[in-house]
Amino acid sequence: MFKLGIADISRSLAAGEFSSEEITTAYLARIKEKDKELNSYITLCEEQALAQAKAADTNRANGDAHLLTGVPIAHKDIFCTAGIKTSCGSRMLDNFIAPYNATVVENFNQAGVITLGKTNMDEFAMGSSNETSYYGPVHNPWNKELVPGGSSGGSAAAVAAHLCPAATATDTGGSIRQPAAFCGLTGLKPTYGRASRWGMIAFASSLDQAGTLTRSAEDAALMLNVMAGHDPKDSTSIDIATEDYTANLNKPLQGLKIGIPVQHFAEGLDAEVEQNIRNALSEFEKLGATLKEISLPNSHQSVSAYYVIAPAEASANLSRYDGVRYGYRCEDPKDLEDLYKRTRSEGFGTEVKRRIMVGTYALSAGYYDAYYLKAQKIRRLIKNDFDNAFAEVDVIMGPTSPHTAFKIGSQTNDPVTMYLEDIYTIAVNLAGLPGISVPAGLVNNLPVGLQIIGNSFSESHLLNIAHQFQQATDWHTQTPEI
Amino acid sequence: MEWETVIGLEVHVQLATNSKLFSGSSIEFGAEPNTQASIYDLALPGTLPVLNKEALKMAVKFGLAVDAEIGMKSVFDRKNYFYPDLPKGYQTSQLDFPTVGKGSLDVTLQDGSIKTIGITRAHMEEDAGKSLHEDFHGETGIDLNRAGTPLLEIVSEPEIRSAGEAVAYLKKLHSLILYLGISDGDMSKGNMRCDANVSVRPKGETEFGTRAEIKNINSFKFVEKAINIEVERQIDLLEDGGRVVQETRLYDSEKNETRSMRSKEVANDYRYFPEPDLLPIIIDQAYIEEIRTTLPELPDAKRQRFIDQYKLSEYDALVLANDLTTASYFEDVVAVCGNAKLSANWVSVDLQAYLNEAEIPISESPVTPELLGGLINKITDNTISSKIAKTVFEAMLAGEGDAEKIIKTKGLKQVTDSGAIEAMVEAVIANNPEQVEQYRSGKEKVFGFFVGQIMKDSKGKANPAQVNQILKDKLSN
Repeated sequence: MFKLGIADISRSLAAGEFSSEEITTAYLARIKEKDKELNSYITLCEEQALAQAKAADTNRANGDAHLLTGVPIAHKDIFCTAGIKTSCGSRMLDNFIAPYNATVVENFNQAGVITLGKTNMDEFAMGSSNETSYYGPVHNPWNKELVPGGSSGGSAAAVAAHLCPAATATDTGGSIRQPAAFCGLTGLKPTYGRASRWGMIAFASSLDQAGTLTRSAEDAALMLNVMAGHDPKDSTSIDIATEDYTANLNKPLQGLKIGIPVQHFAEGLDAEVEQNIRNALSEFEKLGATLKEISLPNSHQSVSAYYVIAPAEASANLSRYDGVRYGYRCEDPKDLEDLYKRTRSEGFGTEVKRRIMVGTYALSAGYYDAYYLKAQKIRRLIKNDFDNAFAEVDVIMGPTSPHTAFKIGSQTNDPVTMYLEDIYTIAVNLAGLPGISVPAGLVNNLPVGLQIIGNSFSESHLLNIAHQFQQATDWHTQTPEI
Repeated sequence: MEWETVIGLEVHVQLATNSKLFSGSSIEFGAEPNTQASIYDLALPGTLPVLNKEALKMAVKFGLAVDAEIGMKSVFDRKNYFYPDLPKGYQTSQLDFPTVGKGSLDVTLQDGSIKTIGITRAHMEEDAGKSLHEDFHGETGIDLNRAGTPLLEIVSEPEIRSAGEAVAYLKKLHSLILYLGISDGDMSKGNMRCDANVSVRPKGETEFGTRAEIKNINSFKFVEKAINIEVERQIDLLEDGGRVVQETRLYDSEKNETRSMRSKEVANDYRYFPEPDLLPIIIDQAYIEEIRTTLPELPDAKRQRFIDQYKLSEYDALVLANDLTTASYFEDVVAVCGNAKLSANWVSVDLQAYLNEAEIPISESPVTPELLGGLINKITDNTISSKIAKTVFEAMLAGEGDAEKIIKTKGLKQVTDSGAIEAMVEAVIANNPEQVEQYRSGKEKVFGFFVGQIMKDSKGKANPAQVNQILKDKLSN
């Protein structure tokens, strides 16, 4: 039962092979048993999940069911859930219970999808290893000494360890794709604005995007069908009609033009990872695609630009955590300044504070032009690079990460090395494009991720390409021993 | 040394929308604390702003009324600072791309001359909440009902040269926003607030002096007082060899002084940057033209029409057109009686005097335009004299009914029967031989005495024109 993806579960529920209550109960028991070693959940929603499952079974019996009604999933703890703690991985929000649902959560609730729990994450989604969480690091199910990637490390570990069949996640600089690569999953980051940000706690507003971590492209398509859409409550969500993202899954790839950016195969890329990616590309050639070397000349600037823009936005987004209205508040503040200083010093972790400082500095008088404005210009150049590339090719492929998962604690003292983790993924966020990471091999029994980048609103095409690859290969079915 | 004053005004106008600038909460005044604060207003995590389109319309409307450039693209920015009544830790405002750009306002000064004052810009922004320091035993209470209320900040060029000009500019602005219906402009509720940037320089100097920004000026009267006292302070300071510090000063109306708001000089760095939760607002010419069609007749146009259509004096036209309700009231009176000159006098003098005394707005006047028009009709058809009309007006204010009824019950109808008047005249002449002698020997001033006596005998009801004529005839015989 735990091997099933959500497409399979949906079919089994429809066929009456098991009920939602049965599978939900089974998952809850498994989480309780196995998650002690992984720490992938922050909150388990036992009571609510069982109530949802019973209601789903009733609705299904009455013929009033959406395709995913009764399917259990987990939500990254960045999505607000009415009546359930939403911590964003931070001490600051350890006591925060939102009185509202994020639109993404609401969409799943409306579809009758069960919420098993809220998954662990880097604090305020700031991190690439899930080590900055107030609730402790998450362990990679493939090797518990390793990180699962971040910031959606809890969602990735939970799906990989079969502690849920699929999970929501968010991606600001690679936070879905990199954990997908490290945990052997399919990780979809849709086009910026494709899914609503309402109720999704902001890290960097112009980059944040909700997406999915699943075991297959087909599952990702099913998830996206529920998540995507315009939301009048989010002015940056885009008012373009959604589509049935499963519709094109089975299209052949004959004639597909794949761009291979030289910059994504340069120094720093692990040789064995590279070999696996090259093998995957050959697989696409067998499926009828052609490869073309391309250049993204400004991609080397993406990490620098990102680490100005994202912290700048974050520095303002996190100002609301001041101990005045909700969340953590220091003990016995002696005056207003003391309240602010101690609340924020004690409530935020080191990485969050580092980024607030960097962002505040980048926006300061006298530095704004040199940092923030310059970074915005680079962002434009990076977008132009992609526009030029998509004039020649249909999609761009390369490694998701330069290497496989690394050891917990091995990079925590060196923020810059950690920032370079997202070297292949960040440009996609800066350009607002959709990207997907799919399993494409194993190195020393650790998963390797292939990143496929498409033009804006090409999710359907990306899922088609990923699905066809998964029909031809079995990397996505490989699972760790748990 | 002769000094010149330089003033620029920043006026915050609360827009009369139904809801807040970025949330659906009501902005009604006087609600229980924190009952009008939504999850966005409370800055709960994950909440996002959605622009109130009515506020945008109102801002554009204002821009068109001051003949300003309208920003085809306007952008909201975050202005970052920490304060307990600023829930997000930043105020959403507009820095580089305001909705309203350069415009101007024609202001009538005390001597009747007209001065054009430049408007630098007008931008939309959200208001903060309120910190309440009383009743919390040393702690501070926060009321977020006001947080997120839409404001239009109207910034003038430093082209105002005296406190009087500043007041004239503000009054004109006030008149305009009421005409446009974009704000109730109630200064006592803080719906129109003014900060004044004041500096002085030696007359003839072209460089500006160092300015102080005076905050917390909440009435027209205080604007004048605050500026004058600040100018005096700066001149005294400079003449004593000191220098003006660029700072924010608070006006204390009780002590009539301005004082420095901050003990230490902290330069605030607001770290403005474009609000990523909102897309730039792009509008097109068609949108602007559509709003242009909704513009009412504005004060200047109305004033000119009053002069052309009703043959009013410049002064009467200005007084009546300045306030939209007064102007409408006046036109309603004219519609009833057809006499513009008398209508203008009655509205701007008698009625206004009463309203000022009673401290009520014209919209709550006990004498309606119909009643006043009816009264004027009784003057023009000679039923009563202008003098008796004042008595009738008093009765009207007391709620005693319309002119017809008051004249009847009080027996105020004018005596126009020339026989009756002749009799009264003859009686007065017969009873005052001494004065008749004086008049006939050339002391014409005594004429007034006779008129007075006759009016007294008739209880004011004798038609004055007839009295004059008959008296003249009889005395010259």
